[in-house]
Amino acid sequence: MSGVWVWVEQHDGQAASVSWEAVGLARTLADGLGEPVTALVFGMNAAALAQEAIQRGADNALVCEDETLAAFRLEPYASLLSGLAQERQPDVILAGATTRGSDIMGAAAVDLKAGLIAGAVGAELSDGRIVATVPVYSGKLMSKVTIPEGSPQMLTIRNRAFAALEPDAGRSGEVETVAPVLPEDEIMSKVVGFEAAEGEISLTDAAIIVSGGRGVGGPEGFEPLQELCDVLGAALGASRAAVDAGWISYEHQVGQTGKTVSPDLYIACGISGAVQHQAGMRTSKVIVAINKDPEAPIFKLAHYGVVDDLFKVVPALTQAFRERLGK
Amino acid sequence: MRVVVCTKETPDTAAKVEVDADGNVTWGDAPLVINPWDEYAVEEAILLKDRGVTTSTVLGVGTETTKEALKHALAMGCDEAVLVSDEAFEGADTLVVSHALAQAIKKMDEVGLVLFGRETTDGGSGQVPVQVGRWLGWNTLTFVSKIVEIDFEAGTIKVERLLEEGKEIVEGRLPAVVSVVKGINEPRYPSFMGIRKASRAEIPVWSAAEIGFDESLKPKVTWPEIYALPPREGECEIIEAETAEEAAAILADRLIAEKVV
Repeated sequence: MSGVWVWVEQHDGQAASVSWEAVGLARTLADGLGEPVTALVFGMNAAALAQEAIQRGADNALVCEDETLAAFRLEPYASLLSGLAQERQPDVILAGATTRGSDIMGAAAVDLKAGLIAGAVGAELSDGRIVATVPVYSGKLMSKVTIPEGSPQMLTIRNRAFAALEPDAGRSGEVETVAPVLPEDEIMSKVVGFEAAEGEISLTDAAIIVSGGRGVGGPEGFEPLQELCDVLGAALGASRAAVDAGWISYEHQVGQTGKTVSPDLYIACGISGAVQHQAGMRTSKVIVAINKDPEAPIFKLAHYGVVDDLFKVVPALTQAFRERLGK
Repeated sequence: MRVVVCTKETPDTAAKVEVDADGNVTWGDAPLVINPWDEYAVEEAILLKDRGVTTSTVLGVGTETTKEALKHALAMGCDEAVLVSDEAFEGADTLVVSHALAQAIKKMDEVGLVLFGRETTDGGSGQVPVQVGRWLGWNTLTFVSKIVEIDFEAGTIKVERLLEEGKEIVEGRLPAVVSVVKGINEPRYPSFMGIRKASRAEIPVWSAAEIGFDESLKPKVTWPEIYALPPREGECEIIEAETAEEAAAILADRLIAEKVV
């Protein structure tokens, strides 16, 4: 059993940023174990992405370009991954804890009867085994998680928890082409359409999030927040109260029944900061709270606070950044 | 045609979850409730009654406390409940739990669809739905935001899935395992009659042997230490200023100095 594998996720020929973070983690783990890093890239444009994976820290790559793998589907992807793992016996398999990463890793873990640690935000080696740190109870608590015996040790990682390596054009490695394992007529589903989210920055990828809660008062209350987002290149978030009121769609919800985020900067506007919301954003590096109510629990978590009307402060903040950032 | 909804109990979302001196997770007096994500799955099962489902069965793997979640689903309108409980599941990871659920589903007749919430608010791995699908060898569609079409006679399903980059439309075969996201529906509150009916329901308990659970399958994953994040150090710096413009200017300078902008 040898080798640290990373499944590199792509959509339309673009790698998911968390995949490069996984390659970065794989490099660290592999160096500790004295093993090589292998990137696995399936689908169209796989060969080009394999080169980038090598530049970003992998030693070699396995690629499979086939019509059946054009759009991600659980069965052909998982069967290919678990088939390769059965044949070549890696020590570790990593992937991003995305919708697709959770699918392929969960299914492959069943095929391999392997332990799977999902959604890690930290990982280190102890006696050659991975000890991961995973948020549990929706981020209210943390747990050390490990797979004491057997291989592969499978691990999915959250976005922005590990550092990606900058591409090094001087790195090279072997790229091996492998054959797909499932013919089209054995695959139980077909992707028939895709509707891209409109020009929005994904919350889990965003370095800055501006989020609104009950205090924004209505759908139009998000407009000044969106303007601040535009100046900062930030993603727009929301509390459950705002989503449940129908002011903004569910994709924006941060918190226990929404997304867990960990940006460099989280600006909470008119959000009181219920435990459910805090669970989804408390690991943000710098938290700013803008709220009229000085007693709001969010101020206990925030690094900076402004006790004032968000409809005065947010446009002023947009203007202040516009001037300072020259936008 | 039967639809199965899988669920479990979790501490109420408003609970203050802590770790006691012995390293055990506690949540004070807060009640155990149905995992909030599962309410969407239960609601969807009930709505499918208009689309060819004759029986909705709610299924949980756990202990006596799991009945809280099962009874909530019955009170909402599910027809029957099954609890799978056995010491063999102690320390279970997702591989073990998903195998137990899959075996219980295999024991039921005429299952056309299995529904899950996308994840639980405790372990939160979100891996159990896809793993159950894999054990069963059924078409598995996760993060579903809409069941566009479902035809149990033709054995086909068409769904909308909510992915990171947008919405994907997928067609596939039945039987299927589907996990649903918030927004697919608006879960109903249990009615008074529903609560009364659920409180009287006798919930059958199936053992590992009864479902043909492979007892050689042991948990691979362990959780050696659970802990609370240390409280954030330092106070919140409240920006004091005469006007919002001044406060904004000070804040902008602070954030640029912090190198987060």
